Amino acid sequence: MNSKIMDIKKIEVWDGNMAASQAFRQADIDVVAAYPITPSTPVVENYATFEANGYIDGEFVMVESEHAAMSACVGAAAAGGRVATATSSQGFALMVEVLYQAAGMRLPIVLAQVNRALAAPLNVNGDHSDMYLGRDSGWINVSTFSPQEVYDLTLCAFKIAEHLDVRLPVNINQDGFMSSHTAQNIRTLDDKTACDFVGPYKAVNAMLDFSKPVTHGVQTEEDWHFEHKAKQHNAIMRSVKVIDAVFAEFKALTGREYKRVESYGMEDAEIAIVAFGTTYETAKIVVDNLKKEGINAGIIAPRIFRPFPLEELAAQLQNVKAVACLDRSAPGGTVGALYNEIAGALFNSPARPVLSNVIYGLGGRDMTVSVLTGIYKDLVKEAATGKLNGTIQRFVGVRGPELNYYNA
Amino acid sequence: MLEIRWHSRAGQGAVTGAKGLASVVAETGKEVQAFAFYGSAKRGASMTAYNRVDDKPILNHEKYMKPDYVFILDPALAFTDDFTANSKESTKYIITTHLSKEELMAQIPEIQGMEDRVYVLDCFAIALDTIGRAIPNTPMLGAFIKVSGMFEVAEFQESMKSVLGKLSQKIIDANMVAIERAYNEVN
Repeated sequence: MNSKIMDIKKIEVWDGNMAASQAFRQADIDVVAAYPITPSTPVVENYATFEANGYIDGEFVMVESEHAAMSACVGAAAAGGRVATATSSQGFALMVEVLYQAAGMRLPIVLAQVNRALAAPLNVNGDHSDMYLGRDSGWINVSTFSPQEVYDLTLCAFKIAEHLDVRLPVNINQDGFMSSHTAQNIRTLDDKTACDFVGPYKAVNAMLDFSKPVTHGVQTEEDWHFEHKAKQHNAIMRSVKVIDAVFAEFKALTGREYKRVESYGMEDAEIAIVAFGTTYETAKIVVDNLKKEGINAGIIAPRIFRPFPLEELAAQLQNVKAVACLDRSAPGGTVGALYNEIAGALFNSPARPVLSNVIYGLGGRDMTVSVLTGIYKDLVKEAATGKLNGTIQRFVGVRGPELNYYNA
Repeated sequence: MLEIRWHSRAGQGAVTGAKGLASVVAETGKEVQAFAFYGSAKRGASMTAYNRVDDKPILNHEKYMKPDYVFILDPALAFTDDFTANSKESTKYIITTHLSKEELMAQIPEIQGMEDRVYVLDCFAIALDTIGRAIPNTPMLGAFIKVSGMFEVAEFQESMKSVLGKLSQKIIDANMVAIERAYNEVN
């Protein structure tokens, strides 16, 4: 634990950025190396303030770019310390090369990623383009839906990443502005409870352990590369046990429950929306409204985007008649990623719901209760007829002519 | 659910005000939300900030709202912003102006006949007299607690002291006077 304790209230009003900064502070990190970018800037700005005021015993390293930030994180993690950083959008894009290095070298770095659109056109607001950009990098990817969840899951992230059966980096995603700059009530843990929950850092093959010299990031070529990548994939696939165990431990400590697949109203649902981020919470309001009208609607989200909870999602969608997969990222010439993932999850199962893909909210375009209600009302028609109410893919909330693609 | 929309210029303290109000209201056990719509706002650009207050956790993340209260922190925005957008029959408006209520209402067709739900005060004059800077956010909060009846003025001042915690005692004291003056002067 840091030597100087911060006095925080049981309920604070923090935005998602402050929630990430405070979780970082309480996790007693050895090295944070970061380069600021909107909307994640306050994560490191707050952290630097804590450091300047003596609340951080570890190092805070200012670097010249996000590529350098992640490189410094890789170096510090290989040296044998607990490491974290934060970024968004273009900064994340610049980090991508090093993300693969971090995962391949099995370094348990935690990244607070505040999701934002990718240019061009330049836009600082929230969508999931950057989250999707990193999805194959070998990082465990977590989607949060509110500032409270950012706080809770950032603490969990260190414990998952550093577990000896995992040793992989973890990316905690939150929606730019909708979570990062939205202040809400946060139930906090005191410094000691939080730090004890995260636990002490366990170094593995630390480069600064001179009694046991090791090398990191070696060249393998055809002879060993495949075995390393297979082992790495096996580690992320098997991390589900650790994720479930950490979530169970967190629930025992706080009463707050997290699952690899979150759902609401799905028990008797005939229609469902699948979506990431803050949209999940807004959809809960719509689900309640619709149930009062006698419409059995549900909302479901992969809390853990990677390793993808394919079996759990398929199991929960067996009894629905129509599903809309919502992607908040420009799909660049195909259906959205969530549509593909859900279609893939259902293909080897008996269920054949009508499946559609909705592109929404790019560049921070508001996802309203009214738009969500409209999507559910379309699902009602599709469930009744057993047929798509148009094409497979459509755009909502965008000006100009209707955009529809792919006939069933 | 109580919803508030702030119309302000970037730099006038609307975000700080919205977060400050949220912190004070959270002390009473309520669930709160404070956020802003920035775009790439430069100092002086028109922007909006928002509050939601409820008895249960706030799940709504849409920016759209039908506000119960609209605050206008800059006198000119009453003439240039569409501040009655998405309003309800009961929406109350608290407007910073050096004009009297009658003079202001005569110039803004959108609020004709709303004498019972338009409130005015000069947040700038109050802030300049007390804090010494044209930051209209704390006077606006003083006016809000009078209009809403949500808090006793002394109770609110006490909570605001902890929100302003990091500032010097002199500035905190000046803010307390600003809140009280706004509470008494809004009409």
